[in-house]
Amino acid sequence: MAEEFVLSIFRGDAEGGEEVEYHVPRIEGMVVLDAVHHVQAHDAQDLAVRWNCKAAHCGSCSAEINGMPKLMCKTRLDEYQGETVHIQPMRTFPIIKDLVTDVSWNYEVAKKIPAFNPGVAAPFHMQQWDVDRIQEFHHCIECFLCQDVCHVLRDHHEQDEYYGPRFMVKMAEFEMHPMDRADRIPQIKNEGGIGLCNVTKCCTTVCPQHIHITDNAIIPLKERVADRYYDPIRNFFRKLGGKDENAKQETPT
Amino acid sequence: MAQASQPGLNRPKTQAGKMPYWVEPVFTIIAFSGFVIYALWEVLFHNMGTYHNYVSPFFSPDIAGWFGLHILTALYVAWMPLIFRFSCYYYRKEYYRAFSFHPFGCAVTEPKSHQTRHYNGEWKINNLHRYTWFLAVFVLIFLWKDVVQGFIFSNGFGVGIGSLILLINAILLTGYTFSCHAWRNMIGGRKDCFSCTTTHGPKQKPASYGIWQRVSALNVFHGWWAWASMFSVWIADLYVRLLMMGVIHDVRLF
Amino acid sequence: MNIETMETHSFDVLVLGSGGAGLRAAVEAASEGGVSVAVIGKSLLGKAHTVMAEGGAAASIGNLDAPDSWQTHFYDTMKSGHYINNYRTVEVFAKEAPSRVLELEQWGAVFDRTPEGLIMQRAFGGHSFRRLAHIGDRTGMELLRTLQYKAISMDIKVFQEVTVTRLLMDGSRIAGAMGYYRSDGHFVLFKAKAIVLATGGWGKLYKVTSNSWESTGDGAAMAYRIGADLKDMEMVQFHPTGMVWPPGVAGLLVTEGVRGEGGLLYNSEKERFMVRYDPERQELSTRDVVARSIFKEVQAGRGTPHGGAWLDISHKKADFIKQKLPGMYEQFLTLGDIDITKQPFEVAPTCHYQMGGVQAQAETCATTIPGLFAAGEVACGLHGANRLGGNSLADILVFGRRAGIAARDYAGALKSDVTIDESVVEAEVARVLEPFNRPDGENPYAIHEELQAVMSAHAAIVRSEDDLKVGLGKVLALQERGRRMGTSGSRVYNPGWHAVFDVENMLMLSELIIRGALERKESRGGHWRSDFPDELPEMGKWNFVHQYSADGDRVQRVPVPEMPPVLAEICARPVAPGRESAAGTSQVPPRKG
Ligand SMILES: Cc1cc2nc3c(=O)[nH]c(=O)nc-3n(C[C@H](O)[C@H](O)[C@H](O)COP(=O)(O)OP(=O)(O)OC[C@H]3O[C@@H](n4cnc5c(N)ncnc54)[C@H](O)[C@@H]3O)c2cc1C
Ligand code: SF4
Ligand code: SF4
Ligand code: FES
Ligand code: FES
Repeated sequence: MAEEFVLSIFRGDAEGGEEVEYHVPRIEGMVVLDAVHHVQAHDAQDLAVRWNCKAAHCGSCSAEINGMPKLMCKTRLDEYQGETVHIQPMRTFPIIKDLVTDVSWNYEVAKKIPAFNPGVAAPFHMQQWDVDRIQEFHHCIECFLCQDVCHVLRDHHEQDEYYGPRFMVKMAEFEMHPMDRADRIPQIKNEGGIGLCNVTKCCTTVCPQHIHITDNAIIPLKERVADRYYDPIRNFFRKLGGKDENAKQETPT
Repeated sequence: MAQASQPGLNRPKTQAGKMPYWVEPVFTIIAFSGFVIYALWEVLFHNMGTYHNYVSPFFSPDIAGWFGLHILTALYVAWMPLIFRFSCYYYRKEYYRAFSFHPFGCAVTEPKSHQTRHYNGEWKINNLHRYTWFLAVFVLIFLWKDVVQGFIFSNGFGVGIGSLILLINAILLTGYTFSCHAWRNMIGGRKDCFSCTTTHGPKQKPASYGIWQRVSALNVFHGWWAWASMFSVWIADLYVRLLMMGVIHDVRLF
Repeated sequence: MNIETMETHSFDVLVLGSGGAGLRAAVEAASEGGVSVAVIGKSLLGKAHTVMAEGGAAASIGNLDAPDSWQTHFYDTMKSGHYINNYRTVEVFAKEAPSRVLELEQWGAVFDRTPEGLIMQRAFGGHSFRRLAHIGDRTGMELLRTLQYKAISMDIKVFQEVTVTRLLMDGSRIAGAMGYYRSDGHFVLFKAKAIVLATGGWGKLYKVTSNSWESTGDGAAMAYRIGADLKDMEMVQFHPTGMVWPPGVAGLLVTEGVRGEGGLLYNSEKERFMVRYDPERQELSTRDVVARSIFKEVQAGRGTPHGGAWLDISHKKADFIKQKLPGMYEQFLTLGDIDITKQPFEVAPTCHYQMGGVQAQAETCATTIPGLFAAGEVACGLHGANRLGGNSLADILVFGRRAGIAARDYAGALKSDVTIDESVVEAEVARVLEPFNRPDGENPYAIHEELQAVMSAHAAIVRSEDDLKVGLGKVLALQERGRRMGTSGSRVYNPGWHAVFDVENMLMLSELIIRGALERKESRGGHWRSDFPDELPEMGKWNFVHQYSADGDRVQRVPVPEMPPVLAEICARPVAPGRESAAGTSQVPPRKG
């Protein structure tokens, strides 16, 4: 087995830059972030990298490793035995320096999500099997890798039109909460721009928390949007029954 | 939003797993194109799809026959599965990737031409997928009838290779149809709380929850059902066609 | 740098730290309106150390074990803290924790459920009842995310990736803080009537640690420098179960939930050694006891190949493990190539939590400096000599809220605006830019590594007079070298530069830990002296308080506050309140299903 790994790390900022090669001694079980830290401590003190937990809990260390969006602290180097490991910053967000990008856009979107709005006071009575579905969404560590890979944001720069997969997951989390009373469907369709997602599933592929972003969050939300806006027959019956268009369908007890 | 950063001199080739990223879309292109060409040949050049007790899925139900028409008979049926599959969430993934390069693979840069054309997202018409589901169920009922018929030969009950092919085809199509996302939404996905409306007390899971769970379990493999059922339709039709053309002979197992 | 051109903000309440304690304080301070509130973190929002917490938040809601009560929680917490906790802090805490947890549910946190549909609670070491409200093994993340989304829905200004390097005074009261943006290194000045300090702990002092990079003790060091009292600094918690192998992940936490859900500890001779050390509570004994037991087993030559103990939960059903401990399952599978549903795995103690910190009052979290309030891990008083698992997440909720209220009230009552001494600001700017003048100075990463080695060797799980003294000498020498730390490159996102201040703070706190440890000539809770192996009643009457002075640290003994008779009576009971009928059986009630 090789005694060292060869890393090629992007060094530079908004003005440009290039990959620089570094050699790092091999330690068993090493992840990419360990190697980056080694470079930082020995070769390049000012190598910029974001990280917090080194345990795949915080979602800070997102980068593109050999072209794939991944968490540096969860990617083992032995996966790349014998290859040069290229490490680059996320491409969808403006670069600050080296591996650090400006992800502030995500926080602006987060602010637009209507807060959880329960109709009753805690303690709630909810069955585990009723909350299993939304608990999946609570696994999100806000690493923004899904935002990074989503072609709507990455290639089409539709940041003003589409909230991105992370925030569709967040919307689903609130929208499907048994106690939530707010109605987010119009926002999901309009400002949220769910129609821009063409279900190509790259977000699901890269999610380090294995959230089924497309199948369990986006598509069900698309179906709810269709229920409301694209279902003439349902609409006809809804009008017939005199039901309020914007009221939630079920009223939990 | 500022133009995203584009560092990336010698950006390495993206690789999701062990296979290069283009393998999947290229396979999709070949398979879909092959199927479409075959289907056109079948639909445009044949008016019959029945060999004794075997009915090709392309020609069932015999809608044309109900109206006394005798040309392009398959066309009256084919549009239903066609729009069902065209608006299917899984097929959308495949064709948006393979045919319109939106995107060709994950983290793969889209072609230059996409930068000048505005991206509008999905076609709105796809939102009507739920209606096509009912059409698919309608067709499916007849396919199951054909399966039964496939086991009844002129001399009574029997099993031929053809009977089995039709059976498998119907099973795969059923799996595909009932793992549909629109169906999953209709059957329970649109509810936020199952225990809230149950009449058996909050601890009991209502039947609707059980159905939704089962549909969800099937749904996980929706892509698999989609491919498998496409090939099974292809094989089933080809089998009947070849029998009709006299190229092969059916083997009776029983 | 001219103070006029510096980016300046004024707030009534400034919260330092966007971890659980900080966000909870900000939410509370802003809840009544009319008070301007800002919260600052040195990472992005929602990434603070709190996200790593796994096991749960302790609150005597009693959803599973009805006899649980605040008295029992009080009893457990005092007992595990070996009675040097501030009883009043513990009382407030035990009484308020349940409502704080329910409040989270109201704000969107989705805890695991009991069959009745209520919040599920799990057993944890040292708790008499099943008490930890949890969400699988990612409770901290749920807590932080809930507070994060609550905070952004309110009128709270959030500063992300801003490092505060100095607290500013107006005479004897607090007046603001100074810091810089990590992204481009430009300075920012905050004027504030009241400051809530919620900057977390300093676990990065040790080589093997479960803590995130943020845990460098900035808040405690800054408060100490302006004259706030620090207390119980010798009390460092080592969590018994950190990952050991592969070396790349050494120290990474294995949640106590593994034992809470039934995991068992074995030595290399396949013996369940905890039965020997604590026959009553066994694996679910308190952390100090379990950590020490593993340490002793390894010392006695009964350690695993990489110097730890075996932890085994594979006797439970695979589905159960994957549902209850999904994060652990995944962590071992991806990082260690181990399937915990099938095989045991190695664990060893890892630095986890700081019981000591800035002395804070029970009701208001007020420190010894007017206008400065402290909450969360940075504060001291609740945990005594050993923290119970799950008490920290409840701590940050209860005292985050209390600090928020107190800061809001204090700022509201202040008539005059604060003024800031410009020369202090200018001096701080010069100090912070200083490392750039020494491109060939000492490497902060190297100093940090050496400090970790010193602390791990001389002031970790087991301590002695001689060892501590050697350690102190080394730390003082490192401090000296630390003054010459330098950096190269620009001010744009330069971790080498940022590290200088982190390391400075850690060098200072290391000294205090060692000095405190030298004073406490006994073994108590997390503090174990090989030369004084017993807990001495005489020592139990004192807390050690550190004060900053020009000629070095001054350590003082202050008496542990005496409990009123009602509370003293609870603590004096032979068994925990509510468990009288179950006395004699094992500490933790048998699990249902
Ligand atoms: C792996 C792990 C598991 C744990 N599990 C549990 C558990 O199951 N139950 C439990 O009760 N406890 C647990 N704990 C302990 C608990 O998580 C922490 O004690 C608690 O989260 C501390 O919260 P805090 O708000 O005080 O500080 P932190 O969450 O540490 O937040 C500190 C904040 O201060 C900011 N900050 C620090 N310095 C500066 C500066 N100079 N300038 C600006 N901002 C600054 C940081 O950016 C951060 O936002 C666990 C801890 C770890 C490490
Ligand atoms: S499935 Fe939708 S949200 Fe996910 S990456 Fe593709 S387009 Fe983006
Ligand atoms: S959904 Fe997954 S990929 Fe997206 S931010 Fe959350 S954890 Fe990351
Ligand atoms: S460092 Fe926290 S996710 Fe990688
Ligand atoms: S989603 Fe594929 S058939 Fe409906």
